[in-house]
Amino acid sequence: MSADLRPEIKPVSAGVGTFAAMKAVFGRDLKVAFRQKQDLLNPLLFFVMVVSLFPLGVSPEVSFLREAGAGILWVAALLSVLLSLDHLFRHDFDDGSLEQLVLQPQPLFLLVLAKTLAHWMLTGLPLVVLTPVLGVMVHQEGNSIAVLCLTLLIGTPVLSLIGAIGAALTLGLRSAGVLLSLLIIPLYIPVLIFGTGTVAAAADGASVGAYVALMAAFLVLAVTLAPFAAAAALRISLSNG
Amino acid sequence: MSEPLLQAVNLQCERDERVLFRDLSFSIVPGTVTRVEGPNGSGKTTLLRILAGLNDAWSGELLWRGEPRVNLREEFQRNMLYLGHRTGIKTLLTPLENLRALMAGRRPLSDDVLRQALAGTGLAGFQDVPCRNLSAGQQRRVALARLLVADEPLWLLDEVFTAIDVDGVSAIESLLQQRAAEGGAVVVTTHHDLRMAGMHRIVLGGGLDDER
Amino acid sequence: MWQWFHKLGSPKWFFGIANRLMPWLLAGGLIILAVGVVWGLAFAPKDYLQGNSYRIIFIHVPTAFLAQSVYIMMAVAAVVTLVWRMKLADVFVKAVAPVGLVLTFLALFTGAVWGKPTWGTWWIWDARLTSMLILLFLYGGVIALDRAINDEKSAARAVAVLVLVGVVNIPIIKYSVEWWNTLHQPATLKLTEKPSMSSEMLIPLLLSILGLYLLFGWLACIRMQTEILVREQRTKWVREMVMAGRN
Repeated sequence: MSADLRPEIKPVSAGVGTFAAMKAVFGRDLKVAFRQKQDLLNPLLFFVMVVSLFPLGVSPEVSFLREAGAGILWVAALLSVLLSLDHLFRHDFDDGSLEQLVLQPQPLFLLVLAKTLAHWMLTGLPLVVLTPVLGVMVHQEGNSIAVLCLTLLIGTPVLSLIGAIGAALTLGLRSAGVLLSLLIIPLYIPVLIFGTGTVAAAADGASVGAYVALMAAFLVLAVTLAPFAAAAALRISLSNG
Repeated sequence: MSEPLLQAVNLQCERDERVLFRDLSFSIVPGTVTRVEGPNGSGKTTLLRILAGLNDAWSGELLWRGEPRVNLREEFQRNMLYLGHRTGIKTLLTPLENLRALMAGRRPLSDDVLRQALAGTGLAGFQDVPCRNLSAGQQRRVALARLLVADEPLWLLDEVFTAIDVDGVSAIESLLQQRAAEGGAVVVTTHHDLRMAGMHRIVLGGGLDDER
Repeated sequence: MWQWFHKLGSPKWFFGIANRLMPWLLAGGLIILAVGVVWGLAFAPKDYLQGNSYRIIFIHVPTAFLAQSVYIMMAVAAVVTLVWRMKLADVFVKAVAPVGLVLTFLALFTGAVWGKPTWGTWWIWDARLTSMLILLFLYGGVIALDRAINDEKSAARAVAVLVLVGVVNIPIIKYSVEWWNTLHQPATLKLTEKPSMSSEMLIPLLLSILGLYLLFGWLACIRMQTEILVREQRTKWVREMVMAGRN
């Protein structure tokens, strides 16, 4: 191995900026995901299938679907995000990139935030894009569909952020998938309630501004707190490995 | 002698109800190669992970340049390079993309330099082949390419010689020696019979009993 | 001060204190709980609206109350675990989580029993019952995570993170469940609504709560002692104590 590339040895004082490091983490995650496109499609297929179970399993009546449609879509979106969370750190844990991430000289919670954002772009956002089509299939009105998309747009990042905590806590455990769901579903309930409640209020003709603002507050809270908890959980899980 | 980079004072680690080591004290000084020795299960990897700051199930003191390391996490991580059992190589990415991603948070370099570094570890012509098409040894060489462009004063290398062929092993040996000569500090765990002039040793697994 | 704090964290020290405390907690808890429950069930006046069926309040409210306080106590212990790494704090969390789960279950069960005469059905998606159900899920998650991690220290810290995340969520969950409830069913007769909580009802209720707290303290001590014995089985003081007990 030739060694002429090596710089002289000196204490490294000025490092890479945090934002540049976040961008690098984000970019790498997107690149890896696009090399494995099937993994991107799976949560979407799951979403569509769960939604289609309701007309088949409960009732295809227009009145029922109009009433329950927003709830069905929300629950299905929640479950697909849950399903995809296992991937958030698992591969990185297995191949050692997670160790390298934790050892990077930038605040870990911000790197975790970048990873979570990438995760949302790859799962939550496509779900939102798909929602109008499924909304029509469960007989939602135009206005309801718009509000539904808006609530999912604000709500799915919250799901990814809270889910990151659970994914970090269950890293490397047996039957991590089921355990992850057990830990995370109770924490998802407020988002679900306000997501569907806002659509219901819109269908009743009420103004939804206040509810949307409240969901946005959830998002702000999740963005500020969840990465800290997830970063702490990652360190604990890695310490065990 | 120059001031130690990393000092361990009365380090103790217990794992699964078993004391791996206790009262372990040593200094990692610039310009040296230190080899952690011991049979399987004696805690070599655990010790290295403790030094890297990945494992925190230990008691005792760890000083970075004379000060408690807990208060200096960012500075410490900027000055330390850790290469683990698991190399951090993504099989879906090419060697170049991997190296770029690994360096991005530490020392972004131009693709030219990265390509040369990869060529320097014997991966010339493979820089743009997805890593899953490479052999285990080649994948490790991708990780080792970091050593050719790393400027961190402290290297912690866990089992660097795994899956590397004879030529590669001697190249790494001379790289480590050269690194020490330049004033870097290297800590390695290995089963490979590493012999270097002036090599320091940390010996683990000295028959610790379970009494407390 | 600091030394005192450190001493408080020593399992051996706790073991001795608990031994001295436990008889008082047990006796006090049983007596006060008995007085409160008997007074409430037999002597307190009837509720003008719900008749005698409201009397389950003397069991339901203390369990529900304690079930929630136990989670808060666990959250305090979780902070201590994460910040000071005090062994005793994670022993506490591990020891009381199942107790919290059982209390939550009892609160749900008595709520359902109360619901039958009040609403004519065992279960209604009432805001309080639903909140308790979610609390049951939270306890279940904590216990499941603790069981899933083999390494004791990692388990303690992972559980502490989860408990803290849960405690941040509890007020949000409560608030959203109440909002959801008003959205879906206009307020009817609520459990634990106290239109005329006279002092003859309030005093036995407070006594029941106090008694249950003391009993919980006793149970927590026993469970913590057991957990400490398991963890410290290789230490000298445990061996000596066990040997002394054998002779």
